Amino acid sequence: MPTPPDLRPSPDALLAEARRDQRGHLKIFLGAAPGVGKTFAMLSAAHEKLRAGVDVLAGVIEHHGRPETRALLDGLPLLPLAEVHHRGRSFPEMDLDGLLQRHPALALIDEFAHSNVPGSRHLKRWQDVEDLLDAGIDVYTTLNIQHLEGLNDVVEQITGIKVRETVPDSVFAAADAIELIDLPPDDLIRRLQDGKVYVPDQARRAMHHFFSPATLTSLREMALRHAAERVDRQMVDYMRAHAISGPWPSRERVMVCLGTGEEAERLVRIGRRSAERRGSAWSAVTVETPGSLHGSPARQAALDAALRLAEQLGAETRTLHGTDVASTLLDHARTTNVTLIVTGRPLPGPWSRLWPWYRPLADRILAGSGEISVLVVPPGERKPAAIAPIADPVPPFPWQAALLTLSTIIGATLLGGLIDHFDLPLANISVAYLMAVLLVAIRAGQTPAILTSLACFFSFNFFFTEPRYTFAITDSQNILTIVFFLLAAVTVSKLAARLRTQVDRLRENARRTETLYAFGRTVSAAVTQDDVLWAVAHHVAATLHGRSLVLMPDGGTLRIAAGYPPEDRLDDTSAAAADWAWNNGRMAGRGTATLPAAGWLFLPMKTARGAVGILGVRQDSDQPPAPDLRQLLDMLADQAAIAIERTTLVGDIETARVATERERLRAALLSSLSHDLRTPLVSIMGAASSLITYGPSLTDPQRTDLSQTIQDEAERLNRFVQNLLDMTRLEAGALRPKTDWVDLPDIIEAARRRAGRLLERHTVRITLPPALPLICVDPVLIEQVVFNLLDNARKYAPPDSTITVWAGHDGQTLTLEISDQGPGIPPEDRERVFDMFYRVDRNDRQSGTGLGLAICRGIVTAHGGTLQADSGLNGVGASLILRLPMPETVPGVPA
Amino acid sequence: MSAHLLVIDDEPQIRKFLGISLSANGYRVSEADSAAAGTAAARTLKPDLVVLDLGLPDGDGQEVISAIRAFSDCPIIILSVRADEFDKVEALDRGANDYMVKPFGIAELMARLRALLRTRTAPEESDTLTLGPVSLSLARRVITRDGADLHLSKREWDLLACLAAAPDHVLTHRHLLRTVWGPAHTEDTAYLRVYIGQLRQKLEEDPARPRFLLTEPGIGYRLKTGGEA
Repeated sequence: MPTPPDLRPSPDALLAEARRDQRGHLKIFLGAAPGVGKTFAMLSAAHEKLRAGVDVLAGVIEHHGRPETRALLDGLPLLPLAEVHHRGRSFPEMDLDGLLQRHPALALIDEFAHSNVPGSRHLKRWQDVEDLLDAGIDVYTTLNIQHLEGLNDVVEQITGIKVRETVPDSVFAAADAIELIDLPPDDLIRRLQDGKVYVPDQARRAMHHFFSPATLTSLREMALRHAAERVDRQMVDYMRAHAISGPWPSRERVMVCLGTGEEAERLVRIGRRSAERRGSAWSAVTVETPGSLHGSPARQAALDAALRLAEQLGAETRTLHGTDVASTLLDHARTTNVTLIVTGRPLPGPWSRLWPWYRPLADRILAGSGEISVLVVPPGERKPAAIAPIADPVPPFPWQAALLTLSTIIGATLLGGLIDHFDLPLANISVAYLMAVLLVAIRAGQTPAILTSLACFFSFNFFFTEPRYTFAITDSQNILTIVFFLLAAVTVSKLAARLRTQVDRLRENARRTETLYAFGRTVSAAVTQDDVLWAVAHHVAATLHGRSLVLMPDGGTLRIAAGYPPEDRLDDTSAAAADWAWNNGRMAGRGTATLPAAGWLFLPMKTARGAVGILGVRQDSDQPPAPDLRQLLDMLADQAAIAIERTTLVGDIETARVATERERLRAALLSSLSHDLRTPLVSIMGAASSLITYGPSLTDPQRTDLSQTIQDEAERLNRFVQNLLDMTRLEAGALRPKTDWVDLPDIIEAARRRAGRLLERHTVRITLPPALPLICVDPVLIEQVVFNLLDNARKYAPPDSTITVWAGHDGQTLTLEISDQGPGIPPEDRERVFDMFYRVDRNDRQSGTGLGLAICRGIVTAHGGTLQADSGLNGVGASLILRLPMPETVPGVPA
Repeated sequence: MSAHLLVIDDEPQIRKFLGISLSANGYRVSEADSAAAGTAAARTLKPDLVVLDLGLPDGDGQEVISAIRAFSDCPIIILSVRADEFDKVEALDRGANDYMVKPFGIAELMARLRALLRTRTAPEESDTLTLGPVSLSLARRVITRDGADLHLSKREWDLLACLAAAPDHVLTHRHLLRTVWGPAHTEDTAYLRVYIGQLRQKLEEDPARPRFLLTEPGIGYRLKTGGEA
């Protein structure tokens, strides 16, 4: 019976647990406000650990001069602060590298939300802590609840202070333990009054408000609630990881819809909190419509900032494209199984008053949301007065547009004159002018169109309406004309402009898609890793209109493997950012929170097996890349990673195969050496020692016999050594045929003569056609081949049987067949007999190295020929068939 | 008087076994263990034949051949390992008369030595060579087989004459081609293949298993006068 799915441990939850095991553990001492005793608690806990024998090292402790805290520092190893130089001054800062090098079991890092001095490796201390955790160091740290990113705006509402030093909620959520340091507000206020609470000077102004009982109570409640939510979530995680059944919330997903403007950031925070409470994943999306492209740069920047914030808070961000915002959002929500949509409700704008059919986005989403919950967030208290209704930036009025406008007006007037000349109705003239307005509207945009409509009206009025040649308007009908002109101008120019931008956008998208497609194609066509890397570099640079680099690991460091335009050096900061990106598997450099001073942005190219390399990009503008460009970059990096992995996989497989083969050969060579070298040596030593010891008492035939044994075995040893030498030359590629014109029968005869005594127990029948043409081969090597084939045949053929040598040719190929009447070669072994050290029957009594045929094939292949094994004549025994290409021209021999 | 042989080899074991075997066959043997000592000994001792190892520690055996050829035309037999065809050809071109591939059997070496010494001691003994059923007179340019005249073309005769001038010596392709066809044709080995084939057809009893016109793969040819292949 299958296990119900709910009872199976969730792989995600198990993975998260496993990851927690390798990393260092993070414990946060959480307080509601300064002065509750977080540092004190942390140091007390550290002392306990120290007593238990743990290697504790304090990285940075802010005791703010409090005596009881300072007393706790006694006996704690403290790492001196490092000096960071910035603008000619030096500032003390936590020594991250020192900590990583010293590698204690537990590091004490006060003030989790601290912002580092510019010029440090990271912008924020929590990022330093991430590095420590990644290095497997446990960390104790302290944090006040108001420093949590997701609570930023709430805290601002409660305290009136905008907190700038924040910690992402995801980091807080990933902490292994939270210890809440709770102190009732009254006690805290008493401590404050006793001067036991450190308050920085700049905050003294806000102090009165901050330390009011009402504020402190709110903060305390927030801290308590957060700690409690965490406990809940941890319990759920634990139960999931251990497959304890329970009332699971269905897989929820929150989607925040972002429009333009300052509201966007608030929506992100609210969305984050909603997702947090549900323990669900969340995403932030925005829709680009043809109309939205007219948004001001300021609005676009605000939107980009909101998207980046969402990314930092753990959201997945997407920029969607469509014409209708609401339906695009809803489609996306449905395809990604969103359960809650968070959207804003802007203050009623001027349109809503003028346009009775205007429906806010929230309403349209609500209307189509169906089963999806929708959270409509009311507008914030402060009306974003800063964002005035933004006029379209005045489009340039280039001279081409001016020329077009002028010539169109003149043309229309001339046409009007023509119409007037033939006494056609006046209406036709106004149509001519209308055409002019439309033309300008389509071609040159709104402003020229409006100007044209005015000019047309005046021209029409001046030249063609009574009284002529005055600007006086007598007929109310003419008033109507100008109104129509204007309406037509505005409407058509708007439509045309929208169409144009839409086309531009489509073109841009098409270009991107094409780039991705072309990228995929080039990269998949590249065979070697080098080709892939250069293709990646080239394509990324072309796509971004910037520069690109590919860095690959090389013996522990990153090395520039490709770049477009080629680049072979990185400045120190960029190199550090690249290293960081590689070690941490996250983006670093320009536009990120890590080493933003670097000129390059580095993205890890990741696959399921981990990062395979680093992609570096650099654009000439100072702006960090927009989120949708980042998406594209991510996609490119992913594709590149897969392509690189493909080549490395191919390489790995090949390396593994070669290694296995080499191992097999080594083993075979060793066994062959020990057997084939030793056997003749045993015979030689035995025969020689017998002759020495018993020489006088042996009969003459016995002595001759022993001496003959010595000679035979020595010859055998010699053949073996010759084979080994030939093989070594073949393997080393040193064997290059020195071709010459040769008579094959001559070669066969030479080999047969050399085999001499080896063949004395066999009959060798050589059948050759009367006139074999000369062939162009290396006579010595081919003689060796024939010798080996004869030797091989006589080894397996029974004594007194016949070995047949046959040759023939068809004008293009010369065939030589050597057949024996031995046991033959089983079909499945007919290819393997050419492997080194391979012998069909491992237990055969025949001596041999298993090298002979391998050498033959090597030599024949070097001649461009083939050597194959087949069954022998009439199906008996084995046949080895050698085929050599014949030269097209045979040298003429003068008579 | 027995022939005086000089063995130049750096390997004591080889010198020892050659010394024993050659003395047992009635030759007087002197030994040298280096190129310099060998060249000096060849000059002072005036041996009848030199057995020379090509791989000597203090110099190239090839130089020794040239040095000896500067003052003597005694037969030189080369000892070399297989797979060094180029060295053998060079040695033969420099004036060596024959070669043995190491390792070798003593019987084969003795046969070669006898052949070389015979042609030396009796170069003009008779201008008639007997190759089985074939008898050949270089001076009279007559060749018969079983008593009947054989007809050879001019080139065939030139080639055979060239081989017969140094019976039992290995003659390199280059030497044969230069002598018979002229210096412009020293690379045209195909000529040789064809003409040797034609000669075998005319002289040998079984052209596929020649007894007299022997091929030395990669090196050249030898006209063998006595003994079995």
